[in-house]
Amino acid sequence: MDILQALANGFGVAFQPVNLLLVFVGCLVGTLIGVLPGIGPISGVALLVPLTFALKLPPESAIILLAGIYYGAMYGGSTTSILLNIPGETSSVVTTLDGNQMARQGRAGAALAISAWGSFIAGTLSVLALMLLGPLLAQWAIRFGPAEYFALMIFGFSTLSALAGKNMAKALLATLFGLLLSTVGQDPQSGMSRFTFGLLQLEDGMDFLVVAIGLFAVSEVLMILEDKAPPAVQATVGRVYLSLKEFVFSLGSILRSSVLGFIIGVLPGAGASIASFVAYTVEKRLLGSRARFGQGDIRGVAAPESANNAAAGGAMIPLLTLGLPGSGTTAIMLGALVSLGVTPGPQMFQQHPNVVWGLIASMYVGNAMLLLLNLPLVGLFVRLLAVPSWFLVPAVLAVSFIGVYAVNNNPFDLLLMTVFGLLGYLMRKLDFPLAPVLLGLVLGYLMEVNLRRALAISNGDVGFLFSSPIAVALWVLAALSLFAPSLLSRFVRRGALGDDEI
Amino acid sequence: MKKHWLMLALGAVLGGSSLAAFTPKAPECIAPAGAGGGWDLTCRSVAQLMFDLKIVPQPFKVTNVTGAGGGVAYANVVTQRGDDANLLVAASPATTVRLAQGQFSQFTERDVRWLGAIAADYGVVAVKADAPYKTMADLVAAWKADPSKIAVGGGSAVGGQDHMKVLLLGRAAGIQPRAIKYVPFDGGGQAITSLLGGFIQVFAGDASELRGQVEGGTVRVLAVMAPRRLAAPYAGVPTAKELGYNVDWVVWRGFYVPKNMPEEAYNFWLNALRRVARSPEWAKFREQNSLGEFVSLGAEFQVFIDRQVSQFRNLSKELGIIK
Repeated sequence: MDILQALANGFGVAFQPVNLLLVFVGCLVGTLIGVLPGIGPISGVALLVPLTFALKLPPESAIILLAGIYYGAMYGGSTTSILLNIPGETSSVVTTLDGNQMARQGRAGAALAISAWGSFIAGTLSVLALMLLGPLLAQWAIRFGPAEYFALMIFGFSTLSALAGKNMAKALLATLFGLLLSTVGQDPQSGMSRFTFGLLQLEDGMDFLVVAIGLFAVSEVLMILEDKAPPAVQATVGRVYLSLKEFVFSLGSILRSSVLGFIIGVLPGAGASIASFVAYTVEKRLLGSRARFGQGDIRGVAAPESANNAAAGGAMIPLLTLGLPGSGTTAIMLGALVSLGVTPGPQMFQQHPNVVWGLIASMYVGNAMLLLLNLPLVGLFVRLLAVPSWFLVPAVLAVSFIGVYAVNNNPFDLLLMTVFGLLGYLMRKLDFPLAPVLLGLVLGYLMEVNLRRALAISNGDVGFLFSSPIAVALWVLAALSLFAPSLLSRFVRRGALGDDEI
Repeated sequence: MKKHWLMLALGAVLGGSSLAAFTPKAPECIAPAGAGGGWDLTCRSVAQLMFDLKIVPQPFKVTNVTGAGGGVAYANVVTQRGDDANLLVAASPATTVRLAQGQFSQFTERDVRWLGAIAADYGVVAVKADAPYKTMADLVAAWKADPSKIAVGGGSAVGGQDHMKVLLLGRAAGIQPRAIKYVPFDGGGQAITSLLGGFIQVFAGDASELRGQVEGGTVRVLAVMAPRRLAAPYAGVPTAKELGYNVDWVVWRGFYVPKNMPEEAYNFWLNALRRVARSPEWAKFREQNSLGEFVSLGAEFQVFIDRQVSQFRNLSKELGIIK
């Protein structure tokens, strides 16, 4: 009953008028940051850290505000993915696949609504798990070493065919291109520059956001420029709201993706983007031929959007229980807390119960607020589609450019985005899928550094990669995910297996 | 008598005006990396304090110019803002290490003017709380016996600060630099996670990064690479020098300014920085962020930087990081 007592105290903190206001402001700003491509949760949180100092907020209020922005951004990220085929966040890239198809079929409202509901359910479940299992999970998470991460990335790649669309060869080429991009920049293992052409701006490698906006948004504008036909997205056709049947239909995907996203979120160094990729592909695998993933299946929106929210909740665990940041965003929160006189560490729960439990309580409140905030916005956003896309898309693009420049202050990024826009245009013309490029970019770097760390630690012994139960389990999953579908389909063709039981 | 008064008044006006010859307009501080990092904190805290202490009439604009570990900002300041009178740029040994290794393309430490440093963090070497190494001597004995069994992790790339401090310490302990096994991570947080998970045996980082873990009792700090012992929670940890290894690693926090900044502006900022360094507010900030007292300003700092860059350059050559 200690937990209930502590939680009650936490709600006492969260329900203070100032903190309620801050939860609301955090959620609102987070949603906006999520909606706007070009500014992600990392930069959003970072931009508001100075504000918490300037307002002289106590640490619990500051972290309540910053966390609100973090998970709020996960709600808003799907909006432009669905409506305009432009990912609002890196963790909403896969949402474009089915989300935008749904919008083209006039079901934008349902897609936005399921995204809000999925986020709410996942967000709430992850806070519950954070509260009940936090310290336990943290101990498990630190046993994830380089070998385990490498196996996890391999598993990520094994699910690639889910993103492939019609042509597997083209998807593989696109992934390889993404992998190639991930090798640009300073090689951390040797300190040498790779493929930078002597440009200092390329030393840190390709910024995921810059590549995503270029590939998706800039190329979309080019397509519109070229296309004189009316836009494909129909604003008024179809119901605006989600039906109960669709909700129930998606519930399984939401729950599974919540668990998956949460687990990946707890791991320091994996994060919401990988959670959304993996959740989407796992759902596609599980549902198999019964689903129409890639053609506007509502579960293709529910899965990644639930997973990225659950991951945001999970990412708070290493921060609160161990004082270790698992992601870029939580690293900034850690910095902010330290500056406010709270040093997160293993004694955080005992030393600063107001901060920890106030935050947990505020996350319950915040998720409810976000649902109430986002559902009415669905109608508004759907009506946005009435704005001609030749106006809307360039306007969003302009905001993205401003956003990226405002965060990095580096004009080179804008140039790079334009180059990727041209590339994205060519790829679309040649019918190459875009999402695998981003998969290659995000997984490629983590795969490489973890493989090389593992081999450095083991003095080059490859056996180390298979030396723990977790790693072996992930290798088995990867193998299953690669080969099971083709084996299964052979069975199905022979009629040995019905398609209702997998 | 009247004339005298007039002269005095005139003198006071003239004298006063020459003292106030420079008033900053729209002051800016560039943090050469993303928000939330060390440089960002340096910029924001000093900028805020200069405004709070009424040294500058209007708030600073803090700009994050990211890329190449500060290289993008460095190139930008040298080539485009070489005579800006209202610009400070945050710096640390991460800047001088890269300058020493020639990582900022053709630019050198002579291309900017160094203003001063007003705080410092210090290198630490730690193992997990339940590790068999109780003291530095235990670790060194095991390290010497078989360097390939001791993986040292840190938050910087090969050749970066955390790697350099390990090599320095290892060399002082008589271990071949090439035999030392260094595993780079993306930031100190990840390296600490790996230490707690048992994947690496030793963590090399900065005192401020490890404070929460030290207070929580999950790690054992074997040595601090500081000229004297640090405050709590590090008070019981010996310095490397006490243990007989004549090395330290001072992570100073300071600023450079454009090379051709007008002289009166440079003097203004020098005074401003001195006033911040002496203020009780700054002492409080240092304490909160586990930063030690370290002040080096103006000409003295310029000499310090010149010496440090050439030391780092020689060291990088000796350790085989650069040719």
